[in-house]
Amino acid sequence: MNIAFNEITETIRMVQMENLDIRTVTIGISLRDCADSDIEKLKENVYNKITTYAKDLTTVAEQVEKEYGVPIINKRISITPVSEILGNATVAEAVEVAKSLDQAAKDLGVDFIGGYSALTHKGVTKGDQTLIDSLPEALSVTERVCGSVSVATTRTGINMDVVKQMGHVISDAAERTKDQNGIACAKLVVFSNPVEDNPFMAGAFHGTGEGEAVLNVGVSGPGVVLSALKRYPEADLGEVSEVIKNTVFKITRAGELVGRQVAERIGVPFGILDLSLAPTNALNDSVARILEEIGLERVGTHGTIAALALMNDAVKKGGAMASSYVGGLSGAFIPVSEDEGMIEGVMEGSLSLSKLEAMTCVCSVGLDMIALTGDASPATLSGIIADEAAIGMINKKTTAVRVIPVPGKEEGEMIEFGGLLGRAPVMGVNPYSSEGFVNRGGRIPAPLQALIN
Amino acid sequence: MEKRKAVVSVIGKDQVGIIANVTNVLAEYKLNVLDISQTIVEEYFTMIMIIDVKEAHDLDAIRKVLQETGENLGVQISLQLEEVFQSMHRI
Repeated sequence: MNIAFNEITETIRMVQMENLDIRTVTIGISLRDCADSDIEKLKENVYNKITTYAKDLTTVAEQVEKEYGVPIINKRISITPVSEILGNATVAEAVEVAKSLDQAAKDLGVDFIGGYSALTHKGVTKGDQTLIDSLPEALSVTERVCGSVSVATTRTGINMDVVKQMGHVISDAAERTKDQNGIACAKLVVFSNPVEDNPFMAGAFHGTGEGEAVLNVGVSGPGVVLSALKRYPEADLGEVSEVIKNTVFKITRAGELVGRQVAERIGVPFGILDLSLAPTNALNDSVARILEEIGLERVGTHGTIAALALMNDAVKKGGAMASSYVGGLSGAFIPVSEDEGMIEGVMEGSLSLSKLEAMTCVCSVGLDMIALTGDASPATLSGIIADEAAIGMINKKTTAVRVIPVPGKEEGEMIEFGGLLGRAPVMGVNPYSSEGFVNRGGRIPAPLQALIN
Repeated sequence: MEKRKAVVSVIGKDQVGIIANVTNVLAEYKLNVLDISQTIVEEYFTMIMIIDVKEAHDLDAIRKVLQETGENLGVQISLQLEEVFQSMHRI
């Protein structure tokens, strides 16, 4: 059927004026066959496999981007959680593996590679422990490697022993990169209910249920949704939901087309489309601004959670209609440092850490890219992780913590992370200690799946 | 055989010679214009052409020449395969 000119101009407007883009195409690669008791051999296997499978990723993505005129912002790689192939490797050897990953990413022109990870929500293997111990150094001496640790799921409960350790890992990683405002922490995510096919960094890894290689796509476009809403200032909330659904449907269709093209040309199966609305630092490419357009004077005020819940649900409904294979995180992201509206909300005092926590009950994906005061203790960080893990566990959803305790910085200071990671105002933490709770250790049992009020 | 189509869009300030310049490039590469329309979108002049690119082997080269033409005229010209519009607006 012929396309009407107004439809063509709508697409052009979305791309050229409203920041419609494919946020990421991420190739997932299994490294399970790379394990070897000889660490040198293991490193070589890992490097070779990644650089073979992903060798055309960047060029193909750029070609598809040109042909269809839809920008693909990031080309990335996710891999099998590295802890699963470490075997008897030492901490120093694990860091060497991270360096090989960094090198592979560099040589491929890929900005982030995710999967320096361990799944420890129920227990910790030898490899998991080595990986956790190596995280502060591995993330400080590499540029492009992202790590994640799963500490909880709805079916297993919360592994508080690892939660405790992660407080120290984050503190240590921040301290090691204090010259760069603790940037290592921006590459580390602590998960509850992680997903195996998430294409978004820093929490991407190639799960054990996945095949040899797969291509997952993260679509986005807060700017497009915002512009669409601006045309309906008088709409009631049911209509607002409808406008978001219609817009996301179109964004998702473009994403699926582009994703399938890239997958076909690099010769790996197409996996899923992740429907998350992910903001960028571009003006108006902001989730906060959408909430404000719905009618909040400033993000974080009363009504924020209701508006966010409405938006997040509408995004999923529109996206699920548009694509048969929806997966990943598929929810709104609220990273403070990457969203100019969120930054303004924090600076003007309307958005607090507690409100951000509450917001994660109704959307993906947790406390994300939040700068904390440098004096936040490891126990406090563990307490923050435990709270967020509990929200995910009880609500049967993914939540995560990616916070940066910036050494030497006080509440209210502005921190520049640079590039895609943006900038963030430092937020204060509760001055009272969580030490006693965190030090108890053990595992918080899995919750009931019935009696769910 | 099914036609392979692409959309050429020109966005910028209206002026004499835009259509002539663009169609000249297309003629040089022996590309047939199937449809053409112009309108104003958010204060910008917008011209859209649908062209047949079944015979075009080097779309990159054509895109590059079109972009240069656009730069000379002070407008933005892009060339996109039509499928992206189909998939966004048709089920």
